[in-house]
Amino acid sequence: MGEKPMPVEYLKETPSQTAGPYVHIGTLPAHAGLPVRQNETLNAIEAPGERIVVEGIVLDGSGAPVKDAMIELYQADSKGQVGEHTLWGRAAAMFETGELRFDTVRPGALAWRGGKMQAPHLTLLIFARGINIHLHTRMYFPEDEAAHQVDPALNRIEQVQRRKTLIAEKKKDGHYRFVIRLQGDQETVFFDM
Amino acid sequence: MTASPSTADAHLPDFMRRDRSWHPPAYTPGYRTSVLRSPKCALLSLEQGPGEKTGPCFRADMLHELDNDLITNYAAATGSSGVALGERIIVHGRVLDECGRPVPNTLIEVWQANAGGRYRHKKDGYLAPLDPNFGGCGRCMTDAAGYYFFRTIKPGAYPWPNHGSDWRPAHIHFSIFGDAFAQRLISQLYFEGDPLIPLCPIIHTIQDERAIQQLIAKLDMGEQRPFDCLVYRFDIVLRGRQQTFFENKREGL
Ligand SMILES: [Fe+3]
Repeated sequence: MGEKPMPVEYLKETPSQTAGPYVHIGTLPAHAGLPVRQNETLNAIEAPGERIVVEGIVLDGSGAPVKDAMIELYQADSKGQVGEHTLWGRAAAMFETGELRFDTVRPGALAWRGGKMQAPHLTLLIFARGINIHLHTRMYFPEDEAAHQVDPALNRIEQVQRRKTLIAEKKKDGHYRFVIRLQGDQETVFFDM
Repeated sequence: MTASPSTADAHLPDFMRRDRSWHPPAYTPGYRTSVLRSPKCALLSLEQGPGEKTGPCFRADMLHELDNDLITNYAAATGSSGVALGERIIVHGRVLDECGRPVPNTLIEVWQANAGGRYRHKKDGYLAPLDPNFGGCGRCMTDAAGYYFFRTIKPGAYPWPNHGSDWRPAHIHFSIFGDAFAQRLISQLYFEGDPLIPLCPIIHTIQDERAIQQLIAKLDMGEQRPFDCLVYRFDIVLRGRQQTFFENKREGL
């Protein structure tokens, strides 16, 4: 079969709509209270490497927790590879507190374009009622300061003080806390990639 | 659920930029919850790397036999032989990218209210009753040609607090992965002819009427199952990869 000619008229991407407050039924049914897929623990990622805990919360513009948020995680494995050992996870905020948690491995540094490298990070997508199209952010690790100096994403953020919105707080060895602020003075940096 | 390896190729072409004017903006005061949940700063544009051009890849063998049949899957999971109440429908269509190429073997997750407009969810307290035989949770995968289908009942409209009691038109929420995290999408499917569509503040977070039309499934009478099911057609478009005019071929290709 020959190559198709280059299309001159593209289709339009299906537009996004909010995941709504009942996103858990389809994505984490046990969290919604459905007696199906009870053993599925999508926020615990098994892979070789240094185990880490990432706890987090999403806050709205008034500082209140977003208690219906669903977050997806995608990250490199401990050697910095994606694809070969696809590390993906999903976590729901607790209805009472908005807190959520991932148990995973510390990612290695991931390649970037032109032979450059990125600092180790987690890619996070945030879905919730009131969020019309998911928000895409990253969590970096506070101890990787040298790598942050040359990271292409952090360096793209012109307002230097906003870079720290992407860097987690270290609670203790292997345990990090990441607060995502949707709006306000310390609004998290979100990407269009 | 486990994810299996996907193509780990940093040399994969980039995806075309998202047309953000086609999607709803973050701040849409007609949908009040968006007011405090919308970032005010501009999104940061960045080229895609391997972490955006790859994504989790799900295998068909992780699906249960009844995952694409919402009429029976909940009852079966709870040990009942019952079937869900409501208007029996099949939803089918293709998943394509913006270049018109099929997106094969991709996971679609769906969730919805029952025929009375009630969700089986801890947080839904609407007065319509739960259906003991309906959970509202399903999954399916596209085949090699990007084709998918699932069977369900048509969900009911339901009220929600926004401007007093607004009403959601009948809808099915869907989530789709594509081949890469850059293609990730969650949206909603509506039904042709629903008089609540023009009144819905959530639909009208989308500014372009043509984009709204893209979310409306069309009655597909040619495919109806006589004396059984009505059929709706719903095609989904994900971001497409750019053509690469000067791609360096890897060794051996
Ligand atoms: Fe809904």
